Amino acid sequence: MTTKIYIPRDAAALALGADKVAKAMEDAVAARGLDVAIVRNGSRGLHWLEPLVEVETSEGRVAYGPVKARDVVSLLDAGLVAGGDHALCLGKTEDIPFLKQQTRLTFARCGVIDPLSLDDYRSHGGLRGLENAIAMEPMAIVAQVTDSGLRGRGGAGFPTGIKWKTVLEAAGARKYIVCNADEGDSGTFADRMIMEGDPFVLIEGMAISGLATGATKGFIYTRSEYPHAIATMAKAIEIARAAGVLGPSVLGSGRAFDMEVRTGAGAYVCGEETALLNSLEGKRGIVRAKPPLPAHKGLFDCPTVINNVISLASVPVIMDKGAVFYRDFGMGRSRGTIPIQIAGNVKHPGLFETAFGLALGEIIDHIGGGTASGRPVKAVQVGGPLGAYFPRALFDTPFDYEAFAARDGLIGHAGIVVFDDTADMLKQARFAMEFCAIESCGKCTPCRIGSTRGVEVADKIAAGIEPEKNRELLSDLCNTMKFGSLCALGGFTPYPVVSAMTHFPDDFKPAPLVEAAE
Amino acid sequence: MNIHQPRGDVPGRTLAIVEELKGLEGPLLPILHEIQHEFGYVPQDCLPVIARELNLSRAEVYGVFSFYHDFREHPAGRHVLKLCRAEACQSMGGDALAERAKHLLGIDFHETTPDGAVTLEPVYCLGLCSCAPSAMLDGEVHARVDADDLEALVAEARR
Repeated sequence: MTTKIYIPRDAAALALGADKVAKAMEDAVAARGLDVAIVRNGSRGLHWLEPLVEVETSEGRVAYGPVKARDVVSLLDAGLVAGGDHALCLGKTEDIPFLKQQTRLTFARCGVIDPLSLDDYRSHGGLRGLENAIAMEPMAIVAQVTDSGLRGRGGAGFPTGIKWKTVLEAAGARKYIVCNADEGDSGTFADRMIMEGDPFVLIEGMAISGLATGATKGFIYTRSEYPHAIATMAKAIEIARAAGVLGPSVLGSGRAFDMEVRTGAGAYVCGEETALLNSLEGKRGIVRAKPPLPAHKGLFDCPTVINNVISLASVPVIMDKGAVFYRDFGMGRSRGTIPIQIAGNVKHPGLFETAFGLALGEIIDHIGGGTASGRPVKAVQVGGPLGAYFPRALFDTPFDYEAFAARDGLIGHAGIVVFDDTADMLKQARFAMEFCAIESCGKCTPCRIGSTRGVEVADKIAAGIEPEKNRELLSDLCNTMKFGSLCALGGFTPYPVVSAMTHFPDDFKPAPLVEAAE
Repeated sequence: MNIHQPRGDVPGRTLAIVEELKGLEGPLLPILHEIQHEFGYVPQDCLPVIARELNLSRAEVYGVFSFYHDFREHPAGRHVLKLCRAEACQSMGGDALAERAKHLLGIDFHETTPDGAVTLEPVYCLGLCSCAPSAMLDGEVHARVDADDLEALVAEARR
């Protein structure tokens, strides 16, 4: 019987040499005449162990990692094909604590299946949600998504079902589903992982969204920095079209839905939904004033659903297992699961999908295992470059939209970047302003000019020039940006700046200027 | 200042690209990407052709071209080394790595080595934040880049 060996094709694994491992494995099994098929899967999300090689045995999948090309011969000598023991052997994949503690709903198949095998997708529960949706009235699909409690995973947390209802009820001969895959936040990679590891789940989610709202065309707008995700997604769409999952009659339903992938061009602000729509239309990625809402007048002025990748990829499981199943996970108004991305200076980085409600400290210290450097954690930034820096004193905050907001933070797209005690928070605050200045679309003054002034003021504080006055000025500037900006770029840049000032005041009190002698 | 002369027939190739893509909904970004793919940058001679074919003003096309960080007005070096400058990479020594790269290449960000071999660019996130710091050399990704890896990357790019 052919033994399957899994070697990931996820960009993180590739960046750590997975292609070289695959090549070495291919050559070695051929030389030994072993009956082996190499499957290039997505990543399981245990990134400190990448490239993570798995072998299918009668007992289940056995994992080895991190594997380098030079380890392949010794692995095969140790009987890898039968799950044999080796210094790199991690035991059964499912029993690795980081994976075992997770609740994988959205990422159930990611890293498990061949991302471009529709048969694999089907045999692991794929397309059941779409099949159920086809048998339902649009209003009933919308009701099920609403009842599940699913909220926008891009960061805004707006209820997905309500957005869909608005588009369903909007009049329009043509409607669109736009998937926001412009995942530009540092510390986030969930969208990339799902597009590379389980692209059909996103296609299925978008097709369900189309059936629910009467939209017939979808766009995935992603980043030029994600060439592997673009290639996998484009290929998956072709396969889905050839199999009748997409096209004039979705799974033979007589209802049409088709989609394409579009690539951005290095502008962070295009992750803002209205800037994204302008970019898709072929314009500068300038933010639009709201109203009108995209649900009423979105892409090409047509009613448009614009949802994050993870929101859309969570829909198939909701349509398969029901609203109640999904809603039963989570806390408060944050229902279901959230793929938390643990990154930066952390011992066990990766993707951890779990129900809302886990304490921040539990995520950092126990799941993440503390810092990679072994030094104490100083701060964690949650929610990307526009998210607040939290000190250890706030580690009891549960991972929940409202709980973070109550502490002047945000969960954003659920990325966490860990910093050890060598971090200089004044420098981080300055970077937040600098990044905003680089990426501002320029439409509104607080963001365009405020960010540049913010960098200057931070530099003055660092140089010890009237520090007290300049700290006050920086706070005032943040206030103006927060309340005066048109979108979240200018409006949320104050979060990292103000949180750094509030929680780490000592970093904003540099040594006083040395008086010039004589 | 280098004067760059693209090889081949710019207006002719541009016209062919525009013809092929103008049926798309919102075709301008796909067209600019394809032109950059074809020539390695966006020769300014392309812009009036695109404007005419899409019934836009030249200013509108230039406005879009100049808005996005990806589109180049001049060709890059033979190799492009992008270093991630965002927070996750900062937390793992990305700043020191960037300084090292500048030193090794003798150039700053957005510059090309005098021999035309390498252009150094910042990138704000490659989505490899869980294995920082990260870099991209000509579209190939590299993670957990340490000083030795960087030297190897620079040497490879220099060849």
